[in-house]
Amino acid sequence: MTGSGELPAERWMQTIISYLLRGGVALSAVLVFAGGIIYLARHGLEMPEYRTFRGEPAEFCCLSGIAADAFSLRGRGLIGLGLLVLIATPVARVAFSVFSFLRLRDYKYVFITLIVFALLLYSLFFGMH
Amino acid sequence: MHILEFTTLIWMGSFMAGFIGALTGLGGGVVIVPMLVLGFGVDIHYAAGASLVSVIATSSGAAAAYVKEGYTNIRVGMFLEIATTLGALIGAFLAAKLPIAAISIIFGIVLLHSVYISFRLRRKLLPAARPDPLAARLGMDAAYPGPGGPEPYHVHGVPGGFGLMFGAGAISGLLGIGSGAVKVMAMDRVMRLPFKVSTTTSNFMIGVTAAASAGVYLNRGYLDPGLAMPVVLGVLPGSLLGSHALVRFSAARLRTIFNVVILFLALEMIYNGITRGH
Repeated sequence: MTGSGELPAERWMQTIISYLLRGGVALSAVLVFAGGIIYLARHGLEMPEYRTFRGEPAEFCCLSGIAADAFSLRGRGLIGLGLLVLIATPVARVAFSVFSFLRLRDYKYVFITLIVFALLLYSLFFGMH
Repeated sequence: MHILEFTTLIWMGSFMAGFIGALTGLGGGVVIVPMLVLGFGVDIHYAAGASLVSVIATSSGAAAAYVKEGYTNIRVGMFLEIATTLGALIGAFLAAKLPIAAISIIFGIVLLHSVYISFRLRRKLLPAARPDPLAARLGMDAAYPGPGGPEPYHVHGVPGGFGLMFGAGAISGLLGIGSGAVKVMAMDRVMRLPFKVSTTTSNFMIGVTAAASAGVYLNRGYLDPGLAMPVVLGVLPGSLLGSHALVRFSAARLRTIFNVVILFLALEMIYNGITRGH
């Protein structure tokens, strides 16, 4: 939102969103890279198996499992944590938008943004089981 | 072929896909999934999962720059994200229900459509002169940075755009791609936004749309860390390099070459789907 009607608050919102997105992607890339090195060092010479779909073992399927794995410094767990940070980046952007529309007193968009936020949380925590 | 070799090859392929995707503006996802499925024999669910997270990475990275420049219409994006996230949830849900052969064929058809869109002659639409009551009530009219200062524009066709965005979200959730082509079409053609605003706002929405399906994929176990790792780490630098190279290459010529590749992949995905079914 720029141009004639531009408010300093809108400019502030654009800047924070920009840093938020860049920071999330950078953090995730570092985690995935570090996890990738550990994973390849430990399993590099094994055979890959992606031809048939098995579903991930339970520990990669839910948020707590990935976090527990990452903190035990297992390669795949750390990659999983990096992927979670990546998925959380747009979610954090939406959460921040709720807050900044509140600050702009634009309640119509507070409501719209809350709907999107709720849909994202629903997907992450329930995932249509 | 052991994991180290497999990972290196996928990394190189993903780097190229990210590079070409950014250069042509079509995005990396449309190449990643066929590459993994046809080239490496990966199950389409794992392929879509890996592609989806790489789509979040590239779109968020690019959106960071565009939002700051002031092209992105955040209100239009936020409003349409209701449609894309709902669509994405339903698409990701369907991904588990539909047979793999059907997903493969739908993927091929979507690829054919994206080739059709980019070959079709673009009629130049006049920018909307008068405000649309619904868009005005939603505070969507804005201005973008033009050569001679801010250029104001009006937004039109909100219900039509909203409907198309639902479809774009469903395709994204079902196939693990960004479906930027449909999003741009909805905003450029139906809502009559300036082209640069359409492309940057589409990019802004892709991350949230993909995150909505990624949640479902994560809970279903479609996100394999070992496969997603080289894809994300390849597509990200590839697309960064591609968007920088964009200034120096002739995009039109590359688009033609790339479209021939996509056409080939489309037919191959459809063939793959049909032969699987028997």
